[in-house]
Amino acid sequence: MSATSTPSDTAPSNTAPGTTAPSSTTNRGVQRIRAAFERAEAAGRAAFMPCMTAGYPSAATFPQVADDLLTHADLMEVCIPYSDPLGDGPTMQQASEQALAGGTSTRRSLQLVKELRQRHDTPIALMTYVNPIYAVGPREFMRLAADAGVDGLILPDLPPDQDLEIADLAAEYGLAVTFLIAPTSTPERVKLVAEACTGFVYAVSVVGVTGAREGSALGEVPAMLAQAKQYSRVPVAVGFGVKDAATAHSVAQVADGVVVASAFVDALRRGQEVGPLADEIWAGCQR
Amino acid sequence: MTFSIPEFPLPDGRGRYGRYGGRYVPETLIPALDELETAYRAAKNDPTFLTELERLFKEFVGRPSTLYLAERLTQHAGGAKIYLKREDQNFTGAHKINNCLAQALLARRMGKKKVIAETGAGQHGVATATAAALLGLECVVYMGEEDMRRQALNVFRMQLLGAQVRPVTSGTGTLKDATNEAIRDWVTNVRDTFYILGSVVGPHPYPAMVRDFQSVIGVETQAQMLEHEGRALPDAVVACVGGGSNAIGIFAPFAYLPQEQRPRLIGVEAAGKGVETGLHAAAIAGGRVGVLHGSLMYLMNDDEGQIVPPHSISAGLDYPGIGPEHCYYADSGLAEYVPVTDAQALEAFQLLTRLEGLIPAIESAHAVYHAVELARSMRHDQVIVVNLSGRGDKDVAEVMRLLELERQGGAQEFTPGPARREEVFA
Repeated sequence: MSATSTPSDTAPSNTAPGTTAPSSTTNRGVQRIRAAFERAEAAGRAAFMPCMTAGYPSAATFPQVADDLLTHADLMEVCIPYSDPLGDGPTMQQASEQALAGGTSTRRSLQLVKELRQRHDTPIALMTYVNPIYAVGPREFMRLAADAGVDGLILPDLPPDQDLEIADLAAEYGLAVTFLIAPTSTPERVKLVAEACTGFVYAVSVVGVTGAREGSALGEVPAMLAQAKQYSRVPVAVGFGVKDAATAHSVAQVADGVVVASAFVDALRRGQEVGPLADEIWAGCQR
Repeated sequence: MTFSIPEFPLPDGRGRYGRYGGRYVPETLIPALDELETAYRAAKNDPTFLTELERLFKEFVGRPSTLYLAERLTQHAGGAKIYLKREDQNFTGAHKINNCLAQALLARRMGKKKVIAETGAGQHGVATATAAALLGLECVVYMGEEDMRRQALNVFRMQLLGAQVRPVTSGTGTLKDATNEAIRDWVTNVRDTFYILGSVVGPHPYPAMVRDFQSVIGVETQAQMLEHEGRALPDAVVACVGGGSNAIGIFAPFAYLPQEQRPRLIGVEAAGKGVETGLHAAAIAGGRVGVLHGSLMYLMNDDEGQIVPPHSISAGLDYPGIGPEHCYYADSGLAEYVPVTDAQALEAFQLLTRLEGLIPAIESAHAVYHAVELARSMRHDQVIVVNLSGRGDKDVAEVMRLLELERQGGAQEFTPGPARREEVFA
């Protein structure tokens, strides 16, 4: 057997949770994300949380798209493009494929965020599947993310009980972590996930993958949010299926934050700018 | 009732084989995996379920498959005796039917009306469609568009059986992408759909459940060894590995024996054009640890975590990862894993056909090649069992095309892959 790297380089062991205590560095990301939600709350609205794939539509045009979204964003999410995004619907998957084809991968995504950080003070959370973290090496990944000015991580295929080191390492580098809950989650799972989140809780509004949908985005959301808020120390944001001001408005009545991703990618695919849609959805986040 | 499913020491309570395995999936699926685990645990100890499974194995699949002494192949190799465990005798032509029937039976027991599956070469898809037809379940099979064109006959077979075959165009349009699509369907329809996973991969409890259902291969082998050789344990067991279900099926009943009793267990990975070329499907020989389809395992992925498309003459081995239990065996030395190239597999394909009158699946031909090499280095009184995981009917047309190319001196084109496929099917 001649694996090109030893297992310990690439992924954590299956042993006890990391014992590394958060270092004396502040929980910078945790505090910045909390402050963003508090500002939105004080202004009488849910936090507007637009999301875009790094390097989409191209590495050259992504900064302008991000600038447009950041105009109103309370918190910006940047997705690291990934070859096998199994929690995503066709829209976000194609965005990943296009970004990867254009040469944007994990390290380049972090570089793009670093460049955004030079122009914007808005908190930024990275959405990433777990394999890129393991491939770069969890500690190196956290170091690079912190260095790029990232405030938090959103981990769509990492239930918190699967890897007890990621959250510890993130804390060590001042990064908040966000895991997901879903309408199928049992009360025990909601509790487990909500307690593990240090940035915000990401509540998936539908049983399904990402993507704009017809009809109300609310569905089973209110009951799920009520449960999550019972256990969580951090805000609860809702994503999946929010596509316009109306759906954002309905979600904003029950959630602390509104995540919008596919609708912006769809707009770019239609050749539209994201700015006007961001304006509308931001307005929809008013309570 | 004599039929039972063996208890194995792994995975642990968290679905891990050492550090491998686990459940790296969207939270939406976790409750479904818990439900599946609970239902499976109850079923595997329920005489009603086991009796029905035993009846289907015997009367529908045609089990036990025989253990066959390949005398002319043994003579050719000139060393250890080579036995073939004839999973090619199973109804639908491969070991896949064992797992599909058992999972479909479990789906029906859980009250699910619909099953979904992914398929590469089409064998798992055909087996799933067959099981669904038998048990009256609705069936949807995801298959890469490229694979659909290559395996048009299997697509038609599935459709005849009443399954809906959905083409997958995303990514590379092959097995890994079909698997992504099946998981997406499951995430969306998890409340009424049962996902019949085709190999010992995916989130826990799939690797354990598929192994358990396939372990009938190894259990039968021990009993048949006793009949033929007066001892239950061969000296070596050889099987091909893509995701690794036929290999785990024959390995697992031997793997946890004390070291002094344990046969050498050898998994044969598809080395494609050669591991050093990067054009292969050998996750252990040429990969690194990562996560795909819900499991931590050896995986072909680059240093930024993007999955590298695999490459093999065999669509059935064309998967970028290998099941977590194999990863554990590899690290702990319970089994060895060796690479065999496209050209070597093609050579063994012809060799077995001519010497024994058996046309093997090109997947199984990888194992046959290594077994012949291994036999040469062993004594005449020693025994190798090769898992002949499937029959080669599905591969005959492709082999004909490759041999024709070779005759025309086009050996440099002797490898499959997206570019070649387009060239052929354009």
